[in-house]
Amino acid sequence: METFAALAHGMAVAVQPMNLLYALIGVFLGTAVGVLPGIGPALTVALLLPVTYKLDPGGSLIMFAGIYYGGMYGGSTTAILINTPGESASMATALEGNKMAKAGRGGPALATAAIGSFVAGTIATIGLAFLAPWLVDFAVRFGPEDYFALMCVAFITVSATFGDSPIRGLTSLFIGLTLGLIGIDKLTGQARLAFGIPELLDGVEVTTLAVGLFALGEALYVASRRHHAEEKIEPVRGSLWMTKLDWKRSWKPWLRGTMFGFPIGALPAGGAEIPTFLSYSTEKRLTKHPEEFGKGAIEGVAGPEAANNASAAGTLVPLLTLGLPTSATAAMMLAGFQQYGLNPGPLLFAERPDLVWGLIASLFIANVMLLVLNLPLVGLWVKLLAIPQPWLYAGILVFATMGTIAAKPSVVELSMLAGFGVLGFLMRRFDFPIAPVVVGLILGPIAESQLRRALAISLGDPMVLLQSPMSATLLGIALIALLAPFVLKGMNRFKASED
Amino acid sequence: MTDLPQGPAARRVDRAGVVIALALAALAVVLVWDSRQLPATTMYGMGPEVMPVVIAIGLGLLAIGNLIDALRGNLPERESADPTAVLLILGGLALLIAIIGLGGGFILATSALFVTTSAAFGRRAIFADSAIAIVMTTLIYLAFDRLLTLSLPTGPLERLL
Repeated sequence: METFAALAHGMAVAVQPMNLLYALIGVFLGTAVGVLPGIGPALTVALLLPVTYKLDPGGSLIMFAGIYYGGMYGGSTTAILINTPGESASMATALEGNKMAKAGRGGPALATAAIGSFVAGTIATIGLAFLAPWLVDFAVRFGPEDYFALMCVAFITVSATFGDSPIRGLTSLFIGLTLGLIGIDKLTGQARLAFGIPELLDGVEVTTLAVGLFALGEALYVASRRHHAEEKIEPVRGSLWMTKLDWKRSWKPWLRGTMFGFPIGALPAGGAEIPTFLSYSTEKRLTKHPEEFGKGAIEGVAGPEAANNASAAGTLVPLLTLGLPTSATAAMMLAGFQQYGLNPGPLLFAERPDLVWGLIASLFIANVMLLVLNLPLVGLWVKLLAIPQPWLYAGILVFATMGTIAAKPSVVELSMLAGFGVLGFLMRRFDFPIAPVVVGLILGPIAESQLRRALAISLGDPMVLLQSPMSATLLGIALIALLAPFVLKGMNRFKASED
Repeated sequence: MTDLPQGPAARRVDRAGVVIALALAALAVVLVWDSRQLPATTMYGMGPEVMPVVIAIGLGLLAIGNLIDALRGNLPERESADPTAVLLILGGLALLIAIIGLGGGFILATSALFVTTSAAFGRRAIFADSAIAIVMTTLIYLAFDRLLTLSLPTGPLERLL
């Protein structure tokens, strides 16, 4: 009942005309940017952060909710129409969706993706609303050592457990942790890794890192291998609407996808990639039309898209209740909170319920807006896809650098941006995952201060980490998650079995 | 996965991988060197100098792991890359930084980046692209500077507006 009251209060905040407008702008901008090829939801949020600088926290977070879901929708449109998934979570969608578009069924593919995302997003947001207060009650009892242990679990699962190579994933994480050390130590005021450069004393900006790694890195990478592949946009032919048979084949995959996406997203288990592929392989097994798989089966779009969206809402559970980002997009959302000095976690639920519940309520509203906006406007989004590649990437880079130029127009900050661009390019070229760097930068300093607080309370006795049952359990999970991929090496890996 | 032996080609030492491992090791050394500059604090618990060393140890281990992967030739295959495209974009970024640093303003700086990036993606129409870039960045400047009151750096062109 408590949840209903809080949610009703949040709705009252969210339906204020200005907030509705913010949500609409967010949804529109999020879709428009997310639809551009090569731009995933994380970069969408990073690029649009400067737009929200001048708003009040409430309005800006509501716009964020719209940008977040809009970016997800936009990504699926790109995956279906040009087969370039902006992120690995859209890969399953691209697999069947692009085939459908090639066969002249792009309309129903887009429709089942949009409606499936709506269904999954709504169910998962309800899940978020009911799970959050319960987790908050649980989390207020966490001591600093428990938080530290929880962050260790997130570090390991995000970087090592589910990637291609635990070594390369951990390398990315440690690069992020190193970047997180730069600047003045908050507890003692000592400068670390600043090398006497005053601009470094404030530390590395998360937006500078994310825009550099994602936008500049991606542009450099695509430019470097432009001669390999030519992108082709599939025109949307025929009816946009789903037939009765399409509906019949879609609704079960939507629900099953949601069931995969939400729990896996809500656990600190790293991203939407796993639930989308689980959903894809489940639908492939259960379908009555196995001959269509690989040639454009609607179940293969409906399920993974639902899983993708449900998992996006799921990642908001640890983000809002524990302050724990488990994907690059969630890390960018955390950066959005931090620009107002807000720290998501149990305290924020107690201190600013209007903000948190307004945000959750806005997720429902953003979802409805997307459903209403997306299908009628699909013609507009297709036109955005048709921007010639040179201008598209040139424009993306102008916008990407503009955020930094507006925030800190210094030679040092812009050089860092360019440096992170080169880093992002090299990491893509040598197949290092990007998300752990961002998570390491944003979570590393928090984990360190929690550990130091725990040790200060225990008068320097490290056994405090094992004396708390919660912390000991979590550290055990982290250890298992770290060792599992090495133990399982050589066995048939999850991803290999998909091809 | 590239764990399976795939003939002699897959087993060759990956020189780029060795460089990556060396860079990680160098980063670990920098971390330790920097943490030695911090005065040791006497308070309970751990001071600011501990975490850099912990991370440095992690980086050192990962350098070894990456080195082993590189020596075994276990890195994923790479497609050939076009260095001119990369250099063009990096040149554009260098121009942007120089123009901002010298007070040339937002419009000139981002226009330079626009034109070089467009060229990196294969366009060979510098004058047309320059015109497009200047119009577009002027509109962005006006929208963000006047409407959203975001302060963007001004140069000779911005002062004319």
